[in-house]
Amino acid sequence: MPERITPTDVAKVARLARLELTPAQLERAAGQLDGMLAHFADMDALDLSDVQPMTQPYPLQNVFRDDVVVEGLDRDEVLAAAPVAEDHRFRVPPIVGLD
Amino acid sequence: MSESQHDLINGWELVVGLEVHVELATATKLFSASANRFGDAPNTHIDPVTLGLPGALPVLNRQAVELAMRIGAALNCTIQPCTFHRKNYFYPDMPKAYQISQYDQPLNIDGHLDLPDGTRIGVERAHLEEDTGKSTHMGGTGGRIHGSDYSLIDFNRAGVPLVEIVSRPDIRTAEQARQYVTELRAVLLAVEASDAKMEEGSMRVDANVSVHRPGTPFGTRCEIKNVNSVRSLGRAIEYEARRQIDLLETGDTIRQETRHWDENDGRTHTLRSKEDADDYRYFLEPDLVPLVPSPEWIAAVEAALPLLPGARRARLASAAGVVAHSEAVMSVVERGQDDYVLAVAAAGGDIGRALVHVKEAFADEPATPRVPPADLAALTTLEVSGALTATQAKAVLAEIVANGGGDPAAIAAAKGFEAMDTGALEAMVDQAIADQPDAWAKFCAGEGKAMGALVGAVMKLSQGKADGKLVTALLNAKKG
Amino acid sequence: MSSHAELPRTAVGIAAAVRAGEVRAVDVLEAHLAEIDRREHQVHAFNLVVAEQARQAAARVDAEVAAGRDPGPLAGVPVALKDNMCTRGVPTTCSSKILEGWKPPYDATVVAKLAAAGAVAVGKTNLDEFAMGSSTENSAFGPTRNPHDLGRVPGGSSGGSAAAVAAGFAAVSLGSDTGGSIRQPAALCGVVGVKPTYGYVSRYGLIAFASSLDQIGPFSHDVRDAALLLDVIGGHDPMDSTSIPLAHPSLVDVLDRGVEGLRVGRIVDLPEGADPDVQERLEAAFDALRAAGAAIVDVEVPAFGYALTAYYLIAPAEASSNLARFDGVRFGMRVDAADTNAMYMATRSAGFGEEVQRRIMLGTYALSAGYYDACYGRALKVRRLIHDDFERAYRHADVLLTPASPSVAFPFGAKGDNPLAMYLCDLYTIPTNLAGHPAMSVPFGTGADGLPVGVQVLAGTLGEVAMFRAGAALERAMDAARGVSA
Repeated sequence: MPERITPTDVAKVARLARLELTPAQLERAAGQLDGMLAHFADMDALDLSDVQPMTQPYPLQNVFRDDVVVEGLDRDEVLAAAPVAEDHRFRVPPIVGLD
Repeated sequence: MSESQHDLINGWELVVGLEVHVELATATKLFSASANRFGDAPNTHIDPVTLGLPGALPVLNRQAVELAMRIGAALNCTIQPCTFHRKNYFYPDMPKAYQISQYDQPLNIDGHLDLPDGTRIGVERAHLEEDTGKSTHMGGTGGRIHGSDYSLIDFNRAGVPLVEIVSRPDIRTAEQARQYVTELRAVLLAVEASDAKMEEGSMRVDANVSVHRPGTPFGTRCEIKNVNSVRSLGRAIEYEARRQIDLLETGDTIRQETRHWDENDGRTHTLRSKEDADDYRYFLEPDLVPLVPSPEWIAAVEAALPLLPGARRARLASAAGVVAHSEAVMSVVERGQDDYVLAVAAAGGDIGRALVHVKEAFADEPATPRVPPADLAALTTLEVSGALTATQAKAVLAEIVANGGGDPAAIAAAKGFEAMDTGALEAMVDQAIADQPDAWAKFCAGEGKAMGALVGAVMKLSQGKADGKLVTALLNAKKG
Repeated sequence: MSSHAELPRTAVGIAAAVRAGEVRAVDVLEAHLAEIDRREHQVHAFNLVVAEQARQAAARVDAEVAAGRDPGPLAGVPVALKDNMCTRGVPTTCSSKILEGWKPPYDATVVAKLAAAGAVAVGKTNLDEFAMGSSTENSAFGPTRNPHDLGRVPGGSSGGSAAAVAAGFAAVSLGSDTGGSIRQPAALCGVVGVKPTYGYVSRYGLIAFASSLDQIGPFSHDVRDAALLLDVIGGHDPMDSTSIPLAHPSLVDVLDRGVEGLRVGRIVDLPEGADPDVQERLEAAFDALRAAGAAIVDVEVPAFGYALTAYYLIAPAEASSNLARFDGVRFGMRVDAADTNAMYMATRSAGFGEEVQRRIMLGTYALSAGYYDACYGRALKVRRLIHDDFERAYRHADVLLTPASPSVAFPFGAKGDNPLAMYLCDLYTIPTNLAGHPAMSVPFGTGADGLPVGVQVLAGTLGEVAMFRAGAALERAMDAARGVSA
């Protein structure tokens, strides 16, 4: 398990997750996450060098659908549930700092 | 080889790798049953999966896998068991805030594509992933993202199946990059995996460009985006190479970044620096299971592949006794008329002449032209025998093409074409020289233009029956 | 109209009576609605009660019966749905402000299957926001109270669904279980709760918490109802790629087989942490099964104790990705801002509660560059160890018994400000989710303060038949002890 987790680490993680925390919240979250990670360090005692990661609870492979069109959702119903829509499309504020 | 010398710019070698995204020609999306169709009214092909609604789950489209395998097979890749990962990033046209893509276990790996001149470009991988929706930037200036007031999102394209084909950095010139994309497009069309239209965005090309001194490690690369045609690709690479060389020669360094090609000013511009690139937090997509194509499936896909453009060119070139990347072979195969040329040869025609005729006169004809192969074969036979000059043959061919067929001998007779003996032709050449002493003097002084007037005069005298090539040869001979 | 007491109480009883024309579905429904009227203001099991829609559905069931058609195996059975299952046109919130008012344009597969079987959905039940919690205190709409003691939690995260059955608001209900979210509240509310094998029930339309761990399952008054419900909602769904493409045997049919010869495992290295009253009931459960003819065997699951660590890295990692779609663009809440990035931050910070934000950050951290191998990557290997340990144990035993919860229902606020203390509530339930196995909590008497205690029956992959045989045997033993005839 990594070293201690600091408010700076938490701030970086929060930005990746698009969450906005006040300095006090960052401090509190850092303390809590640090406590958890200290607890999770129990697994560092395990020798896992020959262990394959488990990624599937039930072993299935090759699950497909046929390439057949099924009618989708009603546009008006969907757009009515959107926070803001315009001209049959979803409206968002200017996209800056993203691309 | 002298060619590699030729590729250097002030001693710098260009190194290019291309990432090509192609939309697959499926009926539905990669993970849901909405239609995969371009150009329809916004948000008319949406469903819970496409919109990333809470609770929706992806199910893999078998046909998308089939087409991706075709691409892999056509690019000589190893088709292998593979998995899907989530690439996490926020962007309003990415509905789930993650893209389902393939990461460390892609479907197709380690292939190659041969350019028409035989240069082999490695293909590192060709993997499946989903497309994003489309943002339109409103207000501000000219639909640009910067300075816009807001954006509108259409999710019709979201979830459309893509194959991303990643080349190795084996490309050394802008021309090779153009050839690679042109050839790749021909292959995609041949295997019917995509309509591969750059102008509609069903084929999108990003270029990783760097420069270095031969024998030294590769330089820092920049990724060029927003290249919307094969022509722009060449221009963008040439511009970017020049930019990097200029920086390096003035002692500057190259910053690894993504740059945006601007078609209007012919430059690339910084889009974002890779240093503050998102941390994508790839992890195995828990809503999907591994894709393990059986050896039987792979074999069936490989067996069903059509003859690919490279092989078709080689076949035609070898039959016609010309090189595979000759212009005639290239364009005839591109039009898919190579089978027709071979049919003309099989009908007893002269394949060399047939090849040239098809290249010249069949541009507007379908892959299987209306003119019966036997008619074109008969025409070439008349040419070989000397019964028709090249000029006469052209005239006859034009009529055959216009009518969708016809007996060349009969058409030639109707036009009054008959072979002209050399003596008569020589007399006409002398007559033309005598009629136009000025032109003759200029021609003798080396003004090539003047020849046109002389040849034209002979043609007039012969009422179009003279063989242009022969006239030129006679004029040159007389000049001494 | 018949009063609640005269009507059959179980789904099996209700469906049989409705199908036979002995009682009307509308009367069954009104009795349950009356119960909701009487006590819901105290319990707060529901985020939404859809009385009118339910009345229409019940009337349709009665019309079917009147027309001589069979409305299905759940004819007229009032059912409550955890509010993280999509219901077309009916608000689905996950008990989060970020989804407040959102009406899904489609039904979850389980919702459609229940309706097709003649069940009558009465409402959407409260949960810890996005199913993250063990007490239902983390709901944006206020906590649910335990019907057995209104000063105590019902457990969580499916606290509303457990309480709805315990309070008689619905005959049965559905919950989802990612780390114990069905079994722990079932234990605390004194009802049966089942988490099936991963892939047994379709997840299509279940709003994901952690995709590789989530399973939907039933709450019920008795084991037979749970079996009936699983028989209806289980089975392959082409809309869920992880759904097991096998026909499942009827579980209702195996309940009377007894446990003669069944091997019941005691985990000798089970981590300590259960209260003495709970431990005592577990011992009584071993005794009851032994008395019923089962063989008690010792097994080891050495990695059991590492499950909490693996779980609290894997589940938040998946959640951080699953919850990224709540971005204010296409549905749900938006807090406007000058640009899209600022809008994301404002929306998500205002829309998600503290525990959800904490787990998103923990999961983002576990997946981020530089920490993936040490956190998420290692956790996946621990998951393998746990799975393999269980598989070895199931070579010697058909089922295992453990406590479902380390304690009986605890008072509100008891876990204070320490998230880890709350996480330890799932100590005995989490390993099952990591292994992908089935497990159920069966009420087995009472502990401290006369509060219900649940015993957990665990089984290997698709071991539902053995699990239900053991669960039914425990229930028979309890009924016999209480002097109730089966």
